[in-house]
Amino acid sequence: MRYAETGYNLEIDLTQGNIERVATDPKLTELHLGGLGTNAKILWDRVPPEVEPFSPDNLLIFGTGLLVGTPAPGANRTIISTISPQTKLMAYSMMGGFFAPELKHAGYDKIVFRGKSPSLVYVWINNDKVEIRDASHLRGKGAVETAELIKKELNDPNVQVAAIGLAGENRVYTASIEQGRSSSSRLGVGAVMGDKGLKAVVVRGTKDINIARPAEFVGLCNDVLQYIKVRADNPVPGVMTILQGLGSPQEMLHVDEAWHTQNFMWGNARVRKKDFWNKEIEERWKTVQLDVRKRLISCYNCPMKCGAIISVPGLSTYMMKCFSKLTYTMAAFVDDLDFGFKIAQRATEYGVDGFSTPQIMAFAFELKETGILTDADFAGCPTDNEGKFYWLLDRIVRREGIGDVLANGVYWAARQIGKGAEAFDHNTIKKHEQLPLKLGMLNPVYFLMYATGEKINITQIEGQFPQSPFPTMEERENFVKDWIQVPDEKFKQYLLDWELRGDHSNPFYPTVDMSVDIVDWQEKMHYIDDALGVCAGLSSFPLKPPYHIHNYPKIISAATGIAMDEAKLTQIYNRNRNLIRAINVRRGMTRDDEKPPEDHWKKRFPELEEKLLDAYYKFKGWDNQGIPTKKSLQELDLSYVAEDLEPRGIVKNEQS
Amino acid sequence: MSKVKKIVKTIKIDVDKCNGCRACEVICSAFHANPKYSTSNPARSRIRMVRDPIRDVYLPVYAGEYTAAECMGRDKYVLDGKEYSECDFCRASCPSRDYFKEPDSGLPLKCDMCEDDPSQEKPLCVQWCLNNALTYEEREEEVEEEEKPGDVELGLESMVDKYGLQKVIDTVARMSKKG
Repeated sequence: MRYAETGYNLEIDLTQGNIERVATDPKLTELHLGGLGTNAKILWDRVPPEVEPFSPDNLLIFGTGLLVGTPAPGANRTIISTISPQTKLMAYSMMGGFFAPELKHAGYDKIVFRGKSPSLVYVWINNDKVEIRDASHLRGKGAVETAELIKKELNDPNVQVAAIGLAGENRVYTASIEQGRSSSSRLGVGAVMGDKGLKAVVVRGTKDINIARPAEFVGLCNDVLQYIKVRADNPVPGVMTILQGLGSPQEMLHVDEAWHTQNFMWGNARVRKKDFWNKEIEERWKTVQLDVRKRLISCYNCPMKCGAIISVPGLSTYMMKCFSKLTYTMAAFVDDLDFGFKIAQRATEYGVDGFSTPQIMAFAFELKETGILTDADFAGCPTDNEGKFYWLLDRIVRREGIGDVLANGVYWAARQIGKGAEAFDHNTIKKHEQLPLKLGMLNPVYFLMYATGEKINITQIEGQFPQSPFPTMEERENFVKDWIQVPDEKFKQYLLDWELRGDHSNPFYPTVDMSVDIVDWQEKMHYIDDALGVCAGLSSFPLKPPYHIHNYPKIISAATGIAMDEAKLTQIYNRNRNLIRAINVRRGMTRDDEKPPEDHWKKRFPELEEKLLDAYYKFKGWDNQGIPTKKSLQELDLSYVAEDLEPRGIVKNEQS
Repeated sequence: MSKVKKIVKTIKIDVDKCNGCRACEVICSAFHANPKYSTSNPARSRIRMVRDPIRDVYLPVYAGEYTAAECMGRDKYVLDGKEYSECDFCRASCPSRDYFKEPDSGLPLKCDMCEDDPSQEKPLCVQWCLNNALTYEEREEEVEEEEKPGDVELGLESMVDKYGLQKVIDTVARMSKKG
């Protein structure tokens, strides 16, 4: 019997219309856990580097994490992996919600899509019965609308639907896959789904998930719940509100946006409005948010309420989470939050990434102001800030006129437009739009995460270690007192010694080696979460989370029956980390790509930055180009990776 | 008949506090698995969420009695501007829907308030509802003492229902002669 996992993947060839249920090798679970780890293994094995994102040979994998569907709180993540049309590298965009547990209960750990359907279809998985169904009547429908229509069509309100909107159908590089309160948004996974002619994946499952050591496992889950209660009663003092508790930033709950509006950049990530927030705006924004917010809602088996049902009068209801209420608002220079909730409704139905898309539009309007794009490009565009954004969103999603170029994201659009537009592409890393954040002094830990993160999205790399030092020793001592999550006591000392000014402050403290240690810890927790399908909001993202390196081995072992300890789990993390790095270096990624935006910090330290990268690569067992060495790959049971990379001249045989 | 004290177990459901996470379904199904906690599967749960996020419908409902036939009419309620089917509030394991039935055998399920030895402090769904949409109360009630019919009497009653009293008497008499 297989525990925690089902032991089967669903292989669907959309070109042939062929569906197979394939047993998986339990050895792979021991090597990679599941989720992101086993997704990466499939991509490495089956998608050679010459395969283009929009080739039928590209795979689109809906993977569930290893603990998904067990009673482990917050284990509900779907990890969608493919080759990104935007970065041309591996994309692993993830979503919470209810899809992954339903898929597990239907009897599958993953769905692996290949090929391209000749016409628009949706896939209907009802336990053992799997059908490819015509979706021509759903063409052009919104993502939320599609889910509702399918529920009606199948006469089953309990199916879970992951769908694309018009943006995905039109292969917009920022197209998302939407699923109720959640979405897999980053890196164009929705565009690949649209390219495959797949409008939606629909699941219903009523089978059991088995637990290896039931009583022990539920005891550990109860401990997690107890700790969540403790954290709810004990917010971390001395950090900003959204970092005090668990979960993803509680943007649907909180109405005080002084911090975001005055510290994040407006427009094309350039303008800071230090005096934006005042009493009048506070009152108005609060009223708007409380009026449209119908309920705070959760993902499957999680007590946190990171999302909300949003109902704006006159528009169809949708669900929102995190920061997207502000991304359009700030990018468009609109000072009314009402706009944020309204345009997000349209954007959600279209199915676009709420982080990248507003930045593309702000970038375009900057180009218009400077004359690089002309009035002819914007013929018919309204002049008011709100109207402009609606107009351009419609053009991008339909790939009409200038929208067709912009639909490829800031990086590609800048190069297609030329005439100096490249200089306005100042906030991308590895061709992907980043948070509109511009800061003063280089933070060495963040430098490394921005530069080297394979996720290419800081919020899903950072966590655990505070973003800045506490001003007083008393606060620091208070913070480390019950810091049980540290993998090693030394991290407490790093924090105790970290000062706002002087020798022990950024950028030279944490020191290079300490920075590498801190990044490794933060990454480790994210990689483990993403393999287990546990939400980062209960683990790798917030300070002092209920899941950590000390309880994870017990939880994994009790659920699966696999013997596990911290060393073995760390080895699995390193294996998965290196495998994803290998996929990307095989696709041509090098040290030159590992750069945060030049203006991310005002004060840069080129020499220190090179040292940081050198030390990080060395720590990882990589050469000075960021490429895993043969020796380190062999130590991670990845000899087959070295054997593939060596003849390509990517891995150097250091013995010879 | 004399008065006796009886403990009435009550789960109070505050739908406004429900965040729709279905932890109640998860832990209910795990608790009632055999061996305990060896599997999880909301389809086997004795509490189910009637859940329609777009309409803001979040309604936990508990499994009650089995019924052999569905209702002839299905009425609708509008509460606070939201439409509910009568079935949404119904606890029955009923042919009209797949709630409260074992998914493999179709046998009916019923909430037992997590009877356990040693007994649980609260039903598991309540323990796992960190948002307090489900809370547990016990209250004492004084009720008339009822004489409970024994198993044989219950069995005979159903035989009488089916075949009539005279036939049962005749049969018992004949059986007693045979010794």
